[in-house]
Amino acid sequence: MAEPRHSALVRATHWVHTFAFFALIVSGGAILVAHPRFYWGETGGVGGPSLFDLPLPFIFGPSGWGRSLHFFAAWIAVLNGLLYAASGWRARRFPALSREYEPAQRRVYLIVIFLLFPVTVLTGLAMSPALTAVVPVLVEVFGGQQSARTIHFFAASALVLFLLLHVAMVCVSGFTSRMRGMITGQGGAARNQA
Amino acid sequence: MISRRRMILSGLAGASVVGAAALARRYNLIPPDHAGLYGIGETLTYATQRLLTLHQPLAREFDRSQISKVFPVNGDPPESDLYQRHVSEDFANWRLTVDGLVAHPFTFALNDLKRFPSRSQITHQACEEGWSFIAEWTGVRLSYVLNLVGMLPQAKYVVFHPFDTNWDSLDMTDALHPQTLLAYEMNGEELPTPHGAPLRLRVTRQLGYKSVKYLSRITVVDSLKGIGNGLGSVSPDLGYSWYAGI
Repeated sequence: MAEPRHSALVRATHWVHTFAFFALIVSGGAILVAHPRFYWGETGGVGGPSLFDLPLPFIFGPSGWGRSLHFFAAWIAVLNGLLYAASGWRARRFPALSREYEPAQRRVYLIVIFLLFPVTVLTGLAMSPALTAVVPVLVEVFGGQQSARTIHFFAASALVLFLLLHVAMVCVSGFTSRMRGMITGQGGAARNQA
Repeated sequence: MISRRRMILSGLAGASVVGAAALARRYNLIPPDHAGLYGIGETLTYATQRLLTLHQPLAREFDRSQISKVFPVNGDPPESDLYQRHVSEDFANWRLTVDGLVAHPFTFALNDLKRFPSRSQITHQACEEGWSFIAEWTGVRLSYVLNLVGMLPQAKYVVFHPFDTNWDSLDMTDALHPQTLLAYEMNGEELPTPHGAPLRLRVTRQLGYKSVKYLSRITVVDSLKGIGNGLGSVSPDLGYSWYAGI
């Protein structure tokens, strides 16, 4: 039997992450609308200066369930991401960085997996008053609790941009065959541009 | 075909889940709002943070120069006649009752609390909504008052009843933490009414909504089941977590 296009572990972690990421973006938006304003440093609030304001109304309601869903999905995303990283580490090979991809594509995957995703997790943890009591440097490296919140927003926005680009490239390079490759593992060895 | 190896492995996995659940209960790692799908996340977060804070690290403290210029508040002071009377009397007849699983239930006047050893701390408070400020708080350690009334060995949670409906509770880790204060001063002045006069809780390692304002009564309990919705605070009713170490 031919080697699968993507291993079972890559396929499983890819789709688990897809659902977790979708839940994180929806719930992150629900949290954001409670206070669509950003600051730099340790503190910031209404009545003081902001870094920038999003053109959104302040809506208090959805942040309760938003936060519960955000943390539930974050646990899944982190554990799933660790499983992916551990298997790549063990195999001494990260499938997303394989030479069959274009250099620019590999660079984007590298940034997404090893920079943007860890930064969203670390800035998320840096907003925890309990965890920063344990490890104060966690928030200090980002320049304060509000800076961590702002970086969290930018890193998440960059991940959404990546998602749009990724889906566009899947469509361009052959939606059916790319989806078949990531769902069943079957698929041609043609250059994968997604 | 199910191999013997797989059967042994799944048996071990099942046993470790049951074992982990028993250990988590034994060491109070399960929050009162653990039910449902989101309860999985709440429990993982609470248990992980409790294991990481076993050594009771202090929340960050700041310089006086870092104190914020604005101190936003959410919500209005209680509208009840009783609270309004206390405000008009400048809290002269206000009392704090401490009861429940304690050897000597007691009622404190504000001046009683001010005579106890005080602690001042300049700490960061983040609101669940996203904004934050740094302020100086002065008060008596909650642990000092709890030791004074003599908590019984079966005590597991401390419940805080304010003059409004925003009751809440803490586990013993946060209740006995050295930065957990019953605060009567903010930035060197009497606690302003919108910030919880005459006495509010300060919990440095959780979001702002856990720092209950307008305190009236503190009750030590061994279980949160019989109180209100049984979920440890009014927050889960409104969609928010009981534990807000985030």
